[in-house]
Amino acid sequence: MANQEEYFFTKEHEWVYFEDNVAVVGVAEYAQNALGDITYVELPEVGEDVEQFEQFASVESVKAASDIFAPISGKIMEVNKKLEASPELINKSCYEKGWIAKIQPADLNEKNNLMSQEEYTQFLEGLDT
Amino acid sequence: MQLIFEKSRPGRCGFSITRCDVGQEAKIPSPYLRKKECLWPEVSELDVVRHFTQLSQRNFSVDTNIYPLGSCTMKYNPKFTEKAAGIRGFADLHPLLPQLDHSLVQGALEVLYHMDRLLSEITGMDHFTLQPLAGAHGELTGVMLMAAYHRSKGNKKTHIIIPDAAHGTNPASAAIAGYDIVTIPTDKKGVLDLEALKKHVNSQTAGLMLTCPNTLGLFDSDVDKIAAIIHDVDGLVYYDGANLNAMMGRARPGDLGFDIVHVNLHKTFATPHGGGGPGSGPVGVKEHLSRFLPISRVIKARNGSYALDYDYPDSIGYIASFYGNFGVILKAYAYILMLGKEGLKEASEHAVLNANYIMEKLKAYYDLPFDRRCMHECVFSASRQEKKGVHAVDIAKFLIDQGIHPPTIYFPLIVKEALMIEPTETESKAELDILAQALIAAAQLADDDPARFKDLPKTMPISRPDEVKAAKDIRCNFFA
Amino acid sequence: MSGFISNTQADVQQMLKVIGVGSIDDLFADIKSHHRPRSFDIPSGRSEFEVMEHLYRVAADNASYLVSFLGAGYYDHYVPAAVNALASRSEFYTAYTPYQPECSQGTLQALFEYQSLICTLTGMDIANASLYDGGTALYEAMMMAIRITGKKKIIMDGGVSPIYRKIIRSYTSNLDIEFQETPVAHGRSDRSQIMKILDDRTAAVILQNPNFFGAIDDHEDIVGLAHAKKALVIESVYPISLGLLKTPGEMGVDIATGEGQSLGLPLNFGGPYLGFMASRKEYVRKMPGRIVGETVDTQGRRCFVNTLQVREQHIRREKANSNICTNVALCAIQSAIYMSLLGPKGLKDLASLIFNKAEFARQELARIAGVEVKRSSPTFNEFTVYLPRPATDIITKMAKKGFIAGFPLVRYYPGMDHYLLIAVTEKRTKEEILAFKSALEEAICS
Repeated sequence: MANQEEYFFTKEHEWVYFEDNVAVVGVAEYAQNALGDITYVELPEVGEDVEQFEQFASVESVKAASDIFAPISGKIMEVNKKLEASPELINKSCYEKGWIAKIQPADLNEKNNLMSQEEYTQFLEGLDT
Repeated sequence: MQLIFEKSRPGRCGFSITRCDVGQEAKIPSPYLRKKECLWPEVSELDVVRHFTQLSQRNFSVDTNIYPLGSCTMKYNPKFTEKAAGIRGFADLHPLLPQLDHSLVQGALEVLYHMDRLLSEITGMDHFTLQPLAGAHGELTGVMLMAAYHRSKGNKKTHIIIPDAAHGTNPASAAIAGYDIVTIPTDKKGVLDLEALKKHVNSQTAGLMLTCPNTLGLFDSDVDKIAAIIHDVDGLVYYDGANLNAMMGRARPGDLGFDIVHVNLHKTFATPHGGGGPGSGPVGVKEHLSRFLPISRVIKARNGSYALDYDYPDSIGYIASFYGNFGVILKAYAYILMLGKEGLKEASEHAVLNANYIMEKLKAYYDLPFDRRCMHECVFSASRQEKKGVHAVDIAKFLIDQGIHPPTIYFPLIVKEALMIEPTETESKAELDILAQALIAAAQLADDDPARFKDLPKTMPISRPDEVKAAKDIRCNFFA
Repeated sequence: MSGFISNTQADVQQMLKVIGVGSIDDLFADIKSHHRPRSFDIPSGRSEFEVMEHLYRVAADNASYLVSFLGAGYYDHYVPAAVNALASRSEFYTAYTPYQPECSQGTLQALFEYQSLICTLTGMDIANASLYDGGTALYEAMMMAIRITGKKKIIMDGGVSPIYRKIIRSYTSNLDIEFQETPVAHGRSDRSQIMKILDDRTAAVILQNPNFFGAIDDHEDIVGLAHAKKALVIESVYPISLGLLKTPGEMGVDIATGEGQSLGLPLNFGGPYLGFMASRKEYVRKMPGRIVGETVDTQGRRCFVNTLQVREQHIRREKANSNICTNVALCAIQSAIYMSLLGPKGLKDLASLIFNKAEFARQELARIAGVEVKRSSPTFNEFTVYLPRPATDIITKMAKKGFIAGFPLVRYYPGMDHYLLIAVTEKRTKEEILAFKSALEEAICS
């Protein structure tokens, strides 16, 4: 796992960190908690091109469905196949075993559109009030 | 309880086949034949009778329990209407007969024609189609009528406006017909936020879908102003008739400025819900939209005979295979004939009386997000109980143990922990007192011992089901 | 008090007091005077007796006593008495959609059994808990194929019921969907025409078996062609025929639908009917409508719930798979009772009986001078004949002789004035078929 400091976040509660120039993407604690027990993850296709902040996956619980937006543009390199049989990995380990996809970033400058860990923490505090 | 398949014994059969009185030499060529056996159960007639009788006993129903399910108008379903629908001259009638000769089906066409007139008068519209097979089907029909109207005028319209309190079928129906959805919030009084509406209405607005009274059970006194705002941009105003039971004889959508309405015969007009259908969702329009109505339409000739007319070139076409759920229409027709003018009006009056009574009885125990006079239903919030860890769903399970079907919960979405209660006019004060007592007992238990809710219900054949497992390990076929 | 109201005048007074208003009128204060009805001209109420007498009189104006050879997708089968006796249990019919599973296991288990019965009948993996009718089920299947494939071109076989085709055309008039219809050749699906227009943009090929003209087919080859282009195949089927005929599952079809009226429902002048839908299991999340799933309760006991509700309008709103909410649960339960009574042997025997009677009628009618029975493909319960005179004239004459002769194809196929579609069910006896033949001979000659 990357250090917490290396994660970047979106307003829709996706996270991303960069490992050897590959972006690893998932959903944050706040989102998994809001959804409850996740029953299904619709994964993107490997090789698919995604746009920053466009929908590229979705997760379902018993009572809600939620779209997942790409934190960064690029090509899908790999998807977490384990989620097909065990979608609960997102509930159990949203920052590690519950990662959703790896993206080959098209433009690393897009990082500037994301929140740092610190900014995201502040953002969450704002949501609670 | 066993499944019917688990009762199967090789060699049993519950069907007496008629002897074949013709030759049996002809054969279907083998490539066209099925090879894999059909695995229907091998059971006797008594097996089937016991099985389904026992299944029926595992249901709550209007005939066995108080059923104050909000938005669903679970009024008593009179028995004579079931008998009426079973009359052979109606039940055995083939739907294509009018295409052979209208004289073969004069009685059925008469029912359809009169129902069109009655529903038009009840709602203040000019013409009805009885084709839509359920409420949501009526909504789709209504949105298609809007689309046809705008097409005919060359209007470029892209979106339909829907309040955030609306039923999910509204946005789903509008989206299926090809429109974008613009959602308008509810204001502090529990009705459509007029300022927000004005901001979002523009030349792209195809129309507005409005439930009236709304899903909070509130009548919006500005309804005519809302209609005028939409009409100003050549939009159409659609009346979702889910709650018509609140205002029969007291107000008519047609007089309030609505252009299109649907009514749910399986709510307002006492036809049974059947555990999820069949329903019927006739759609009425004002004169200026009548040329777009689905075909066929029933007409009455000068000599008093009835016929089906397909000659409407601007029609949106076929919405259903035939003339609607005729069996359901017939029951509603019988109901309307029996109640008549005074009876319909009285039904709405007592529906509203009952809802206000239950609201008053429970006010002290549950949060009432919009504390004002309601119409045919009232919406409480279990947010006070939630602070103790008791949710709307827990209260629902408590009621089940009291032999009461729970209210609608978690709807409308804009009310946290919503409990939506619609007693209907056919419940008596005595029954409402029982309902109120049970809900008060639930509130008291939430105060005293909230942990007790988690194991409820305890008196049913099953306890709470694992819905996560159902959605994850999907099993919807015994044989798979 | 009328209208099934239970409150007494004394109740009303007490209730008004509790509410704190003087009269019922006060409760309607939000409805302002300018909102009041401009008219409410409904006839006064009548007693139950009076309404029933009226309805008996109206029903007598319908011709339900004629011996019928009319089908065209809607068939006059015998319904065993036990079907109505059980479906009329008001615990079933006065319940709502099973939102509370603990007090709705009756409806839920019956619907689970219905889904399973439909699956094994059609040879498919999964089924939903019903759609309105056969026509709307076919429309929903088409929309489902569009969701699955992400493509928008539809190939529609000309043998699909023209009623269904009209419904689909109406529903999609505001949507960007490309339709191509292929005419039938020798009464069956025209492979060469389908191949010509089948391409990578095709979402689905829609077929029917037996087709509207009564011809039976094996569509396995079309399934192969379609799958090679990553297109789905949807087949609408007549359920009773599957007692004998190759199933959609055996042909490799992706979505099977049909009109379930034949499974124990009366003709009812067009409804309520039963739209059934079954598909391959990988498409379960794209399926419209309610789906009942098996699970366990907190004590590990088997039970049933409405599952995958996130597909539906009450959760996903404008992104839902369909707008359908109320379907035809009671009709589905009614058909489950019918299917259980029949069992596999009853179904097979019934299908054989119907086939044999229809074959007998087909051979007998072929003997009439001037009547030509189409023999280019095998048929099951229904067949097309060519008459020496316009079919509509013959139908009028036959009605006077006590018969509904069949369906005149000219209603939907311009130019086919002389063609009549004739259906035979198990209710038609040898005597009736022979009398029909004699009457037809006379009608042609006179």
